[in-house]
Amino acid sequence: MSTSASNNSVPAYLVLEDGSVHRGESMGAPVSRHGEVVFNTSMTGYQEVLTDPSYAGQLVTLTYPLVGNYGINPQDFESAKIRVAGFVVREHCDQPSHGRSDRTLDEYLKSQGIPGICGVDTRAITRRLRERGVMMGLLTTESPEAAVAQLAEMPRYEDLDLVRTVTAEEKYRWSAAGPVSARSQWDEDSGDEPGPRILVTDVGVKYNILRLLRQRGCEVIAVPAETSADDMLSLNPSGILLSPGPGDPQLLDYVVGNVRQILGKVPVMGICLGHQLVARALGADTFKLKFGHRGGNHPVQDLTSGRVYITAQNHGFAVDPDTLPAGLGVSHINLNDGTVEGTRHRDMPLFTIQYHSEASPGPRDNEYIFDEFLGMVKEFNH
Amino acid sequence: MSNDLGNDLGNATPPLEKVLVIGSGPIVIGQAAEFDYAGTQACKSLREEGVSVVLVNSNPATIMTDTDIADHVYIEPLTVEVIERIIARERPQGILPTLGGQTGLNLAVALSDAGVLDRYDVRLLGTPLETIRKAEDREFFRNFLHDIGEPEPPNRTVNSREEAQEYCDEVGLPLVVRPAYTLGGTGGGIANTPQEFEEIVASGLASSPITQVLLERSLVGWKEIEYEVIRDGDDNCITVCNMENLDPMGAHTGDSIVVAPSQTLTDKEYQMLRSASLKIIRGLGIEGGCNIQMALRPHPDVAEALQSHWEPDSDYYVIEVNPRVSRSSALASKATGYPIARVSAKIAVGKRLHEIPNAVTGKTGAAFEPALDYCVVKIPRWPFDKFPNGDRQVTTQMKATGEVMAIDRSFEAALQKATRSLEIGNRTLLWEGMASDAAAGQNLMAPNDLRLWAVMAALRRNSTAEELIGKTYIDPWFLSAMQRIVNMERRLLGETLTPDLLYRAKRLGFSDVQVGTLADMLPEQVRDLRRRWDLRPVYKMVDTCAAEFEAVTPYYYSTYEQENEAPPIPGDKAIVIGSGPIRIGQGIEFDYCSVHAAWALSDAGVSSVMINSNPETVSTDFDTSDRLYFEPLDEEAVRDIIDNETVGDVPPPSVVQFGGQTAINLSQSLAHAGLPILGSSADSIDVASDRQRFEEFLSRLGIPQPPGASVASVSEALQVAQNIGYPVVVRPSYVLGGRAMEIVQNASELVRYLTVATEVTPERRVLVDHYMEGKECEVDAICDGEQVLIPGIMEHIERAGVHSGDSMAIYPGLNLTEEEVDTLVDYTTRIGLAMGVRGLMNIQFVIQGGSAYRSPHSPSEDSETSVYIIEVNPRGSRTIPFISKVTSVPVARLATRVMLGETLAEMGYSGGLWPRQKLVGIKAPVFSMSKLVGVDSYLGPEMKSTGEVMGIDRDFPGALSKALMAASLSLKKGDGVLLSIADQHKAESLVLIRELIEAGCRLYATEGTAQMIQATGMPVTMITKLLSESYPNVVDVINDGTVSAVVNTLSGDTSVMRDGFYIRRAAVERRIPCFTSLDTARAAVEALLMQRGGYSIEQIDAYLQPVES
Repeated sequence: MSTSASNNSVPAYLVLEDGSVHRGESMGAPVSRHGEVVFNTSMTGYQEVLTDPSYAGQLVTLTYPLVGNYGINPQDFESAKIRVAGFVVREHCDQPSHGRSDRTLDEYLKSQGIPGICGVDTRAITRRLRERGVMMGLLTTESPEAAVAQLAEMPRYEDLDLVRTVTAEEKYRWSAAGPVSARSQWDEDSGDEPGPRILVTDVGVKYNILRLLRQRGCEVIAVPAETSADDMLSLNPSGILLSPGPGDPQLLDYVVGNVRQILGKVPVMGICLGHQLVARALGADTFKLKFGHRGGNHPVQDLTSGRVYITAQNHGFAVDPDTLPAGLGVSHINLNDGTVEGTRHRDMPLFTIQYHSEASPGPRDNEYIFDEFLGMVKEFNH
Repeated sequence: MSNDLGNDLGNATPPLEKVLVIGSGPIVIGQAAEFDYAGTQACKSLREEGVSVVLVNSNPATIMTDTDIADHVYIEPLTVEVIERIIARERPQGILPTLGGQTGLNLAVALSDAGVLDRYDVRLLGTPLETIRKAEDREFFRNFLHDIGEPEPPNRTVNSREEAQEYCDEVGLPLVVRPAYTLGGTGGGIANTPQEFEEIVASGLASSPITQVLLERSLVGWKEIEYEVIRDGDDNCITVCNMENLDPMGAHTGDSIVVAPSQTLTDKEYQMLRSASLKIIRGLGIEGGCNIQMALRPHPDVAEALQSHWEPDSDYYVIEVNPRVSRSSALASKATGYPIARVSAKIAVGKRLHEIPNAVTGKTGAAFEPALDYCVVKIPRWPFDKFPNGDRQVTTQMKATGEVMAIDRSFEAALQKATRSLEIGNRTLLWEGMASDAAAGQNLMAPNDLRLWAVMAALRRNSTAEELIGKTYIDPWFLSAMQRIVNMERRLLGETLTPDLLYRAKRLGFSDVQVGTLADMLPEQVRDLRRRWDLRPVYKMVDTCAAEFEAVTPYYYSTYEQENEAPPIPGDKAIVIGSGPIRIGQGIEFDYCSVHAAWALSDAGVSSVMINSNPETVSTDFDTSDRLYFEPLDEEAVRDIIDNETVGDVPPPSVVQFGGQTAINLSQSLAHAGLPILGSSADSIDVASDRQRFEEFLSRLGIPQPPGASVASVSEALQVAQNIGYPVVVRPSYVLGGRAMEIVQNASELVRYLTVATEVTPERRVLVDHYMEGKECEVDAICDGEQVLIPGIMEHIERAGVHSGDSMAIYPGLNLTEEEVDTLVDYTTRIGLAMGVRGLMNIQFVIQGGSAYRSPHSPSEDSETSVYIIEVNPRGSRTIPFISKVTSVPVARLATRVMLGETLAEMGYSGGLWPRQKLVGIKAPVFSMSKLVGVDSYLGPEMKSTGEVMGIDRDFPGALSKALMAASLSLKKGDGVLLSIADQHKAESLVLIRELIEAGCRLYATEGTAQMIQATGMPVTMITKLLSESYPNVVDVINDGTVSAVVNTLSGDTSVMRDGFYIRRAAVERRIPCFTSLDTARAAVEALLMQRGGYSIEQIDAYLQPVES
């Protein structure tokens, strides 16, 4: 229900593949979209969630019921546009209150043609996903009766290579002001940062990774997912960061092959999908979680120090610890379900984390991981 | 910080086998039931870890002082001397003060300063001593923030008025004045004018035990945000939740409407403040919970309205840290389901966060941060309905006695439910009575108890958000939510009610009463419509994790949504109606009873379903009952819950005897709706409450009561009063805590009472009874229909006329004759049986004849006496915890089982008076008058105390001195005492005066009193009452410490009362005993005269032995 409680609201439906129909009101663009229905338990950060490329192909349900309270601001984007397929909330606020807000959530969704639904019992949907696992769904303002049949016709989430939909078309540099296209300013702009050159393979990177590296004095270059190992190495990076991104890593052999070739040659850090790509490159398997980890409150234990960190998470797949190759050990686990949250290589300059040290949204407790990475980079290049 | 006592657990130090937990003492404003909740949870938690728990608290009305909560329970005064004796006897390895509020922390510091901790090798657990000092001493705190690089508002610490003036001259007003080391900001405030500045600085310096205040640049209008943080010994930290105050900076957070989680913060802001909070708790080295308050730059519209002249050097400032479990952490625990006290206690004995299971999910651990999928609103409960003359403005000094919390899936609904939970008459958000209220003329847009309603009223009159921001500095987000409520009010007024409209109204939290008012229907008609349209609330679980994991906690709230998560509990069950917010007259005692009722039901194999709205309590702990509904205690909410718990056509019965007046009021509605009530019927309750029926009832039994009647008009009242003779006691019917009760001496006062103080109509009848000045006694009794068990008789030290809740009470009836005792037992038994009581009742008596004041030191004159009934309440009273503790009879539990149908005989009890114990227990009231500016502290028929303490010992002198000590009413040899005695008490006061001289006190007295004392040849110094004319006057001798106690009695003539007001207020501000009853003063001086071998210190169990007959 919109907080304006207007009379002329348009009904909208979220239809799940188990046949359940959740009636609410349309917000955002009045179009139909399908996707994997997932839930996120963060209480703040909807703008970051909307623009996080890892949500491509998904209809994201927020468990916190009041969304849009502080509007949309020009600073807190995590990529160039909205990435979610659709947005599911209990209530959206069309009278936001914040000094930095320049539009409402609804206006933002509309401006990019993304549909949303409000007024639904998001807790009931969450409980359903928890019990039965994530499933495909259709968000529509049209007849819900036809939707279940339609859903069966549509491609499934795990069959889609979503990385291709979010990766950069060409390499770009991250300046203090944001992304800079490589083609126009590549040569002129190079060398303005004295720090190490960090290459980020953009399989769906969040801006905050680039911001945090840049803040630490790095020269930051992002490259498209398909970039070959040779092309990457030819840029003489001091280190390579494999970014997070959407979808099933099983579909990404074209990236995995390149990753395999850079491991051991330069220091590498993998985050989320990047972590899964490293595991696969070294021969480990990944598998799909029942309903994933999406939120800002997951406890992760560092097995070396015994310390516990609260982490931001957004993943539906995980690395199977039983398939890890010799040399790649589990360094972090999730205290809720014991799944792998990080690995470290015994011999190579390589570590990975399943969670998001860049936060945004979420707790900033893990930014120190970037310092550890840069420490490794420094040591390797010394 | 290098040698933190608590930081090296598990290394070289011996394991903790025994730990002393310090309770927080009596309920006072700023320190309420939340510490019983925290302490009880902590004791249970420590015992789970195999730690033996020694508990000390002076407050008997607590679950934590039940003998099964800790291994060794001491109900003793909270002083260094007493605790040292307990430590010497018990030899605990550790002491945990962080669950006892500021009292606990202050005691820890005092014990350390006195060398006690070193002497007995006791480790301070939880919060290092250094940290307590850092958090409390403003100078230390400033340095600390500076060291860790966290911003604090521009400020200066000063130790004198001169230093204060200097800073004020430098930076200008407004300035915030914060005294060091005080509870709830006592003595502080915001100074806007030079005169206010001078006054507040003076009172702040006086109330600070180290004569120190902090002056701070005003951040009034900034967002006020709190974080609850927990850290373990491995430096792992989590935040349990954050909270945003709807009332921005300027109002004490305890006096603010608070929302969880924050509503107007972006993720960047949320995380910025979260990171700062973690940095602070790490810097302080706290092991356990901690509360951090911060001010965040306000919305630009608010900033513009503030017209500040200074440019802040930070987006936020750290305001305050409570290095312990606090009221806010109780709220956070209830708002999230995360048991902060339980986890903090385990951390204090060395556990790591991830080693502690999350009791709510049963699957995950304590190392996570709760995710809320609802909105929580807390509203403070202020005592201004009782104290219409009190200053209602709220500033940095907390004034609320309690609070309510409500949960829903929208802010509007949570706000409206919280409003319903306040139980101020039937005041929904629609109420607009403030114009006619005593508050008329005050600026209702400044923070005060009526502001919420004033803002709503303004919105209804088309005030714009801009206007209201300019007056209140409330963030536009909250104002637009209130505007949406007003918009819905308009729709309900103007449109035909449809299922869709009603559904939308319910989703915004409109009650049936509100909908009915607006749509011109009776609430019952709205309820019928809802039934017809199938609009009923569903119940959702508070599970700490936003449904991500399956949870086992049976903790629910109502909302209008699609899915219901609370199917009816199968099998036998009963609803326990709780007692709502803590207010004067309805305190923690009733929660104590509700908790025992829930436990007794479970013991009997009946599922207990608790309903309550108070986040501070044990009753709302998720494991107290089989199911908890966190809901308003009004007819709609309770009936909806009963409907939800109904299987087939059989609604579960309700227990209404333990929830104070709240539950009793509901009993009539429930009976009217045909819903079953356990125990005494609604009709029995009505016999006791209806003056006419009650009079007929007693006369049928041949039991006397003071003559009187219930009246419906002023003329009728005058007629009755004339017939029965003045003085008369007057009070509205159906009230608790003696609200608006007075003793009036003549017809003109009676007219004033009936026209100014209250109103009298056929619907709101007033009781007029002859006032009998005699010894007052009371009993609590359990009746099963066959027998009546009286656990004990309590005699009051103050004669009739002082509200029983404000009286000191002695167990057993030491000074009663055998005949009097027999009569009390006989009357009680006959009343219980004839009234058809099933469960509890409380009876108050007055004894005519003999001496009104009696003690072992001043035994009664021999004369004929007769016993009269003052009132009968067929329900649990506030003395249940006290009488349970001094007799070891589990009164509330027995009563619950009786309500379920068991007999006393079946439970192994018999009727009559329970064997007298070889002990004396004395209950003493505790007041919070220093927090309530403008309120007069004299004792009368209207209850004013907020809490109680108990002194228990083997003999009367020991018990009396401990009760006085715990209530801060002790006299010492050589004390200066100021006397100002009303003419009618002068003759009687001579005994007291002689005793004071005998006890070595120096006497000071006002003109008339001094003349009388001089006439008897006793030494006295005359002090003038005229404040402007001479020095030293009465206020001077109080303020300069010449006298350390005051005895001031009132004539009862209201015009003379104002004279004594300054004396009483000065004593209150100075925190010295102020006796307004000669009886209390006599007890205090006799304690001094009778003192022989001091007092004993024993576990409560050790005192409990029946007197051999």
